[in-house]
Amino acid sequence: MKTGAKILVESLQREGVDILFGYPGGVVLPIYDELYNSTLKHLLMRHEQAAAHAADGYARASGKVGVCLATSGPGACNLVTGIATAYMDSVPVVAITGQVPTSLLGNDAFQESDITGITMPVTKHNYLLKDCRDVARVVKEAFFIAGTGRPGPVLIDIPKDVSTGIVEKVEYPETVNLRGYNPTYKGHKRQIDKAIEMIAAAERPVIYAGGGVISSNASAELLGLANVLTIPVTTTLMGIGCIPGDHPLNLGMLGMHGTEYANFAITESDLLLAIGVRFDDRVTGKAEKFAPNAKIIHIDIDPAEIGKNKRVDVPIVGDTKSVIKDMLASIKKTGAKDSWIKRIKHWKQHHPLKYKKDGRLRPQFIIQQMSELLKGDAIIVSEVGQNQMWTAQWYNFKNPRTWITSGGLGTMGYGFPAAIGAHFARPDLPVFDVAGDGSIQMNIQEMGTVAANNIPVKIAILNNMYLGMVRQWQELFYDRRYSFTELPPVEFVKIANAYGIEGIKVESCDDVLPALRAALDCNGPFVMDFRIEREENVFPMVPAGAAINEMIGGHEPT
Amino acid sequence: MKPHTLAVFVENKAGVLSRVTGLFSRRGFNIESLAVGTCEEPGTSRITIVVIGDDEKVEQVMKQLNKLIDVIKVTDLTENERVERELALIKVNAEPGAGRAEIMQIAQIFRAQIVDVGAKSLILQVTGDTGKIDALEKLLRQFGVKELVRTGRIGILRGSKTIASTK
Repeated sequence: MKTGAKILVESLQREGVDILFGYPGGVVLPIYDELYNSTLKHLLMRHEQAAAHAADGYARASGKVGVCLATSGPGACNLVTGIATAYMDSVPVVAITGQVPTSLLGNDAFQESDITGITMPVTKHNYLLKDCRDVARVVKEAFFIAGTGRPGPVLIDIPKDVSTGIVEKVEYPETVNLRGYNPTYKGHKRQIDKAIEMIAAAERPVIYAGGGVISSNASAELLGLANVLTIPVTTTLMGIGCIPGDHPLNLGMLGMHGTEYANFAITESDLLLAIGVRFDDRVTGKAEKFAPNAKIIHIDIDPAEIGKNKRVDVPIVGDTKSVIKDMLASIKKTGAKDSWIKRIKHWKQHHPLKYKKDGRLRPQFIIQQMSELLKGDAIIVSEVGQNQMWTAQWYNFKNPRTWITSGGLGTMGYGFPAAIGAHFARPDLPVFDVAGDGSIQMNIQEMGTVAANNIPVKIAILNNMYLGMVRQWQELFYDRRYSFTELPPVEFVKIANAYGIEGIKVESCDDVLPALRAALDCNGPFVMDFRIEREENVFPMVPAGAAINEMIGGHEPT
Repeated sequence: MKPHTLAVFVENKAGVLSRVTGLFSRRGFNIESLAVGTCEEPGTSRITIVVIGDDEKVEQVMKQLNKLIDVIKVTDLTENERVERELALIKVNAEPGAGRAEIMQIAQIFRAQIVDVGAKSLILQVTGDTGKIDALEKLLRQFGVKELVRTGRIGILRGSKTIASTK
């Protein structure tokens, strides 16, 4: 004889959950009471949105399913931004919400919201439980759906009478049976053969790799493929880390803030091997002019992504790891296409990423220093905006799952709570959140969480007293009319201190490395307030709607 | 741009219809007609959706529908030989006299049934493809249509082929 709440907690333990990020409230009290008895770790956040982001950061860093918990109504609604963030980036998260008792459902009861209705467009699937006998089965299904196929968030809404309801005999299912859900993992043999033939015939091939490579843990296979074929690799924002930053075949990121050489290579390529990507508009620019001369092979586990934005010559539906493995098994080592590799080397040499080195404190320098100090052995989380793009451009990532950022939804305020989640996934690694002064203020209350639990997340604020990326757009496209993008100066160190956190304000280049070292040496959380050059921009930049080889701050390919 | 008739075979669970229709609205597809009911297999339902769009858009909507966990199978009936029907109930003004006789005559030609006779009105029930119902409606307009209700289109493949046997 067990209550629904007890079954829930036991089911979570059976799924291998080791931590929940949550916030209590009226109708989840039965669940919280059960947690009080259990060995499951629960981290009390300061805002439900942060709980969802923390679960997401945990999932991205660990490869496991992240779990968050909130009460009904406002609590559940506050999860929505975090759930939508996870949905856009295909992150496996299970969100559990309390709901008013079934007898009050639809009555506009106190703290009632139709959270399954609200989250329908931003979840892979969701459940409203009406019977405590369904709890174990639904938890099993939710974890299965979240973590398999194209991963994504699943929400379980549990009315109070379901969590207090008594089940006489509990059966925990071992397997799930969902007729309508059968992801294809194995790629079609004939399509793979066709792809191999096309690659062998190509003169100027490029691999375009994305988040799908990381979520299927296929980085080693991807690297193997690139090496065997000597094909240069460009990654999306989400794909950063799937090939070491300093690998000779790595072209860095492509797209709106991509490197010139990546965008040139895409534009001149005659074959594009797209792996675990979705041809997002921030990547392709004007879609018709994206890889205009290339035959396209697209590998993705989600058939709906294939042909969605760009016509594809060879579609391969399957798990990227499995498909690349199959390709490697029958592919022959081909020699470098000398002229192509030479051309790319030339571009890398003549069109590197650059910034002005005049002794003033510039963000690119800070990220470079961070990169040299940490040597890739850290998890770097970012907020959204210029801070995110500078980090993507200038930090030398060595491993998958060490770069955590909100790519699809572009959620300001994501980084700090995601960094908290990442710490619990990889307590062995230092975790840095690169923030802007705008973004950090969107979830700054989580300083309370890190202070109370001594969570050693290091926050590097690139403080330019602007909403930097919006200001950059205003400078370039709105005649420098800085409409509501200037932020008054904030003494972040004082805020940190108020929470009981150490911090340091940095105003010169010479103080950057000592500050980063101090952060690293500190056992707990640490705040760095870098007062950077105020009107520094992220370049190169492809204006929205332009072709990706038409870059502001770029050059004609030589 | 042409109408496509999609047969969507789903688990009969709460909220499935709203998942399906919500997907259409948020991706900017316009549903032309929609009909839902149980089908040959207990615990499942069949939704018939008519959507207008070019082939690529319809392919995308089918793929998105297939991603829904409660959707078991999606088939585009459009390229196949099929039977399509909808049903309409039409309440038409019918004062006793010549008008009433004329309406009854029209009903006969269209094989519509008169299912209710009032002092000043008749209710006609008609089944058929969309064109037939449109034609009848047009003819009855001259008498004054007080109320009209249509079920939305349903479709089924001809011969022994079923949506389960299509690929």
